[in-house]
Amino acid sequence: MPIYSEKVMDHFMNPRNVGEIENPDGVGEVGNPVCGDMMTFYIKVKDNRLEDVKFKTFGCGAAIAVSSIVSEMAKGKTLEEARKITPQLVADELEGLPKNKFHCSNLGAQALGKAIDDYLSKKSKGGKK
Amino acid sequence: MRQVYLDNAATTPLLPEVREAMLPYLGELFGNPSCLHSWGDAAREAVERAREQVAQLIGAEAEEIIFTGSGTESNNFAIKGLALAQQAKGKHLVVSAVEHFSVLYSARTLEKWGFELTLVPVDKYGVVDPDEVRRNLREDTILVSVMHANAEVGTIEPIEEIARITKEKGIIFHTDAVATAGTIPVKVKELGVDALSLAGNQFYGPKGVGALWVRKGVRIIPLLDGGVQEGGRRAGTENVPAIVGLGKAAELARANMPARIEHLTRLRDRLLNELPRKIDHVVVTGHPQNRLPGHASFCIEFIEGESMLMWLNSQGVAVTSGSACTSRALKASHVLLAMGLPHALAQGSILFTLGINNTDEDIDYVLEVLPPIVERLRQMSPLYAKFTKAGKGGK
Repeated sequence: MPIYSEKVMDHFMNPRNVGEIENPDGVGEVGNPVCGDMMTFYIKVKDNRLEDVKFKTFGCGAAIAVSSIVSEMAKGKTLEEARKITPQLVADELEGLPKNKFHCSNLGAQALGKAIDDYLSKKSKGGKK
Repeated sequence: MRQVYLDNAATTPLLPEVREAMLPYLGELFGNPSCLHSWGDAAREAVERAREQVAQLIGAEAEEIIFTGSGTESNNFAIKGLALAQQAKGKHLVVSAVEHFSVLYSARTLEKWGFELTLVPVDKYGVVDPDEVRRNLREDTILVSVMHANAEVGTIEPIEEIARITKEKGIIFHTDAVATAGTIPVKVKELGVDALSLAGNQFYGPKGVGALWVRKGVRIIPLLDGGVQEGGRRAGTENVPAIVGLGKAAELARANMPARIEHLTRLRDRLLNELPRKIDHVVVTGHPQNRLPGHASFCIEFIEGESMLMWLNSQGVAVTSGSACTSRALKASHVLLAMGLPHALAQGSILFTLGINNTDEDIDYVLEVLPPIVERLRQMSPLYAKFTKAGKGGK
């Protein structure tokens, strides 16, 4: 039996929203090569909504699938709604993740959260609106 | 779609001749070798024939062979059983940093039981320096264990040289020959070791069977107590069909070894030479020449092994990786790290272990499907993006 669900395999092999955003409003980077996964999320915000979300990921099948689904789940959401994307919701949306890969879903949610933090801190410093 | 199995270090397929030899013992010849009736006689004869076949493979005496349930059991038995038998003389063990977990963790267990352990480092090719072993020997050293070849990077270790040192000092020397026995010539007298582990599923025999050779006169404490099977050294009713299969596989390995080595070496060298020409930023892991015949291992920069493995699997190609994500424990290969590879590079580990059924067409296919996979994964890798932006080259 394959260790990944069909949905994970789909998002792994056909990841959505791969890439970088030029002049992003926020960037969130998590992970390191020691743990094995690194994710960078880029966001574009308009009227408090995530107008665009893109990512680059170094990591296993689960890490890539998580990045893809998080980008899909986040796109179009308000910042407050996007913050409610929990690792559990990510795993559920992927129709489950192997136990030892659950931390990948954590990374996805974290990377997105960090990108939002980055946007908000830039905004409060009066740089971008 | 073409199916290409390149994970023979995990397990080789069972040869049809081996399966044929085993079948009667899964059928009418079901006796227990310990029994004194004719059913028992037939089973006992089969086990003793297999013992002879395995002994011949490694140039040993049949009575020195102990059948076990796996290479892992052989290693556990050797490390724990030999150390426990020697503990009145001392409690210090020396093993290499790149041993299989069944050796490393057996040694760790002995540490918990009051033994002391020294890990000997390796160079960038994964080679153990015999002088480094010598420097780490103490008055109370009772056991040295260094593997004959490393299954992750293919490097063959200088066992003869280490054996000269241990012999001089009167210290017991075990080698884990799971990756070599049945694959390259392994003769216990030439190697000069005192104990040697091997496993059936590494040379076209069945899984779930291995053997430990212990030189006559060397004491070992059994791990399994019970009946007097295996000369009282390993209790438990024998896995007769598997033992018969191991024996048959040993016989075939001995007869066909030169031809197998020639075939595997040629295909391996194609991969080692041609893959780095097709893909940029690839490092061969392990010793460039002194390595197992069917073993081609690499680290591919900026991408992670499991994602490569899964993509290759989708194209019908079976490989393995030493990346953290691939291991259930989520730790990068201790072998690659011991060789001094940085974590990011170790994550890109990919391992092709060839078998006797592989062909040139298999190699052509891998060389065709892998480069676009690597390219695709690099396009989504933040490490690759950083690398190309830093202007250090790239594509």
